[in-house]
Amino acid sequence: MQHLRCFIPDAVQAYVIRRILLLIPTSIILTMLVFLSVRLIPGDVVDATMAQLEFDVQDIDREQVERMLGLDKPIYVQYLNWVGGIVLEGTLGDSFMGAFKVEERIAGRFRVTLELGLISIFIALIIAIPVGIYSAVRQDTAGDYAGRTLAVLGLATPNFWLATIVLIYPAIWWAWAPPTDLVYFLDNPLKNIWLYTIPGLILGTAMSAGTMRIMRTMMLEVLRQDYIRTAWSKGLRERMIILRHVIRNALIPVVTVIGLQVPIIIGGSVIIENLFALPGLGRLAVNALIDRDYPVVSGVNLIFSSLVLGLNLAVDILYAFLDPRVQHGR
Amino acid sequence: MATVPATPRPTEVPVKRSFARDLLVRLFRERPLGAWSGVVVLVLGVVAVFADVLAPFPFSEIHLIDRLSGSTTTYLLGTDQLGRDMLSRLIYGARLSLGVGIAATSMSLVVSLLIGGVGGFVGGKLDIVVQRFVDAWLSFPGLLLLITILSTFGRGVLQIIIILGISAGIGNARVVRSAVIAIKANPYFEAARSIGSRQSRTLLRHVWPNITAPIIVIFSITIGGVIISEASLSFLGFGLPEEVPSWGAMLSKEGRKYMEVSPRLAMLPGLALTLVVYCLNMLGDALRDLLDPRLRGAGGASSGGGSYGRLAARDATRALQRAEQRMQRRRNS
Repeated sequence: MQHLRCFIPDAVQAYVIRRILLLIPTSIILTMLVFLSVRLIPGDVVDATMAQLEFDVQDIDREQVERMLGLDKPIYVQYLNWVGGIVLEGTLGDSFMGAFKVEERIAGRFRVTLELGLISIFIALIIAIPVGIYSAVRQDTAGDYAGRTLAVLGLATPNFWLATIVLIYPAIWWAWAPPTDLVYFLDNPLKNIWLYTIPGLILGTAMSAGTMRIMRTMMLEVLRQDYIRTAWSKGLRERMIILRHVIRNALIPVVTVIGLQVPIIIGGSVIIENLFALPGLGRLAVNALIDRDYPVVSGVNLIFSSLVLGLNLAVDILYAFLDPRVQHGR
Repeated sequence: MATVPATPRPTEVPVKRSFARDLLVRLFRERPLGAWSGVVVLVLGVVAVFADVLAPFPFSEIHLIDRLSGSTTTYLLGTDQLGRDMLSRLIYGARLSLGVGIAATSMSLVVSLLIGGVGGFVGGKLDIVVQRFVDAWLSFPGLLLLITILSTFGRGVLQIIIILGISAGIGNARVVRSAVIAIKANPYFEAARSIGSRQSRTLLRHVWPNITAPIIVIFSITIGGVIISEASLSFLGFGLPEEVPSWGAMLSKEGRKYMEVSPRLAMLPGLALTLVVYCLNMLGDALRDLLDPRLRGAGGASSGGGSYGRLAARDATRALQRAEQRMQRRRNS
């Protein structure tokens, strides 16, 4: 494979096709995982629904409820029905608890999580990139140590604790509480962004720690390259070298890594949405789990996992185009 | 009277320094911050083990008269809304966090060795199938997967250890797999195969000794994440039962109403959690720098392949030492 140099588009093309084909078995396993992870013990949901129904209907038996929820069939039939619904009709099924379609509810909640995620990523980059650049350019100075220590501290601080502190101390000192009324961006952009700023700051700082470390490592790697030495010996000013030559090359892997950090954002949004009462997908999933509303849980999990899977693919493909050194053989 | 021994004194044989001692000396010399973080972890470990002796009160003993008190001589760190001593609860929380962390991480090692190690060693179709499963598992956002599974299997210490262990194990399987594949590419491995060594022998003599360094690194890096996961799950109410004094649960629902009255309820468990994870991360980073520079810049985007240069060099030195010892013994006999 070595003689097939990777910057030949054919090699990249073959790699992309291979990568997309590998996605098929992964997606099949993923749907099984998403479906089975909530349905291994189906007893509870029947009990819960029966308790709920007993208010309205007096004599209701277990089998009736199971048939109503589609739980009377063997699990593989349920699975095939679910997958069939997704592929053929584009539906994620009906909720067990309320009379709504899962995909409609998810579509309504998705924009909250999306906006929270985008603002978090933006904040993370604003913090991580300058600190990472400074830390690398002034390697082993006090500033570098401070930046690195903060990054390790940021990685060690659980974001639910950070959020708790942010909620409690301003409440004690200034009797301040974060806004809770949901405002849509088109109605009042400023109010809308303010709503997401504090949750975004908490998620963003958590994410910036890892990003800053990668930025610093990449900068250091580029700084040691021959062409940087050439730039120095040409007599270019430091500002020029850092801006024109180093940052441009170091930024590529950092931007791709953002895509890989999306699972962290999703996990964090589950916690942050619950703390700040934001009606996003993470909150939907947690509430549905408490209610044992399996179709909703499976739906949210499937959406999130597909997002991650898709982003990973996009990152890999982007990387293959951007960085010819990537080995496509494996 | 005494016969002069024919064999030379052991001091004449080159001193075989133990791997662990070597590592410890290097840790303190080259990465002092990581080493001292390790000491803090060790102290916390001792506190966790002797929680029964060290804690001034049982963790669930209620003193309603002294509820929400500040620091006093009886209650060094104050009490919570039920008058339970915070210090005692924090000490038992250390036992719980470190216990769950160590147990789940050990379990994750077994899982990652089974999935990644065997997959990398055997290769072929089995490996491809297993890797697709790992891909699918990893694309399921961690926390969401954990709360989904835990809400199915119920809350409890054992459940959380098993589930965190399996989940972290699948995540680490890739690292173990690529380490095994890198070892298989070495000439000594090929040499062993070509002189007809059995698979079990190559596994034990060549793969296992070379994989211990990455395993130590993985262990120390995983454990902090596992502790945060446990705390997050308990915080969300999907982790440990409420009567268990978990740091995450202490920050959760019940106590939240009283945090504005007594912010120490929010401050102390979080600080304890951050301290433990910070020290574990520092130790893990230091061990990684010493043992396995290849894993540096974790995040998955490192471009170069990199080889087990330093490890291989160490192995070669050791093999030479052993060969010399053997020759010397043969010469003397």
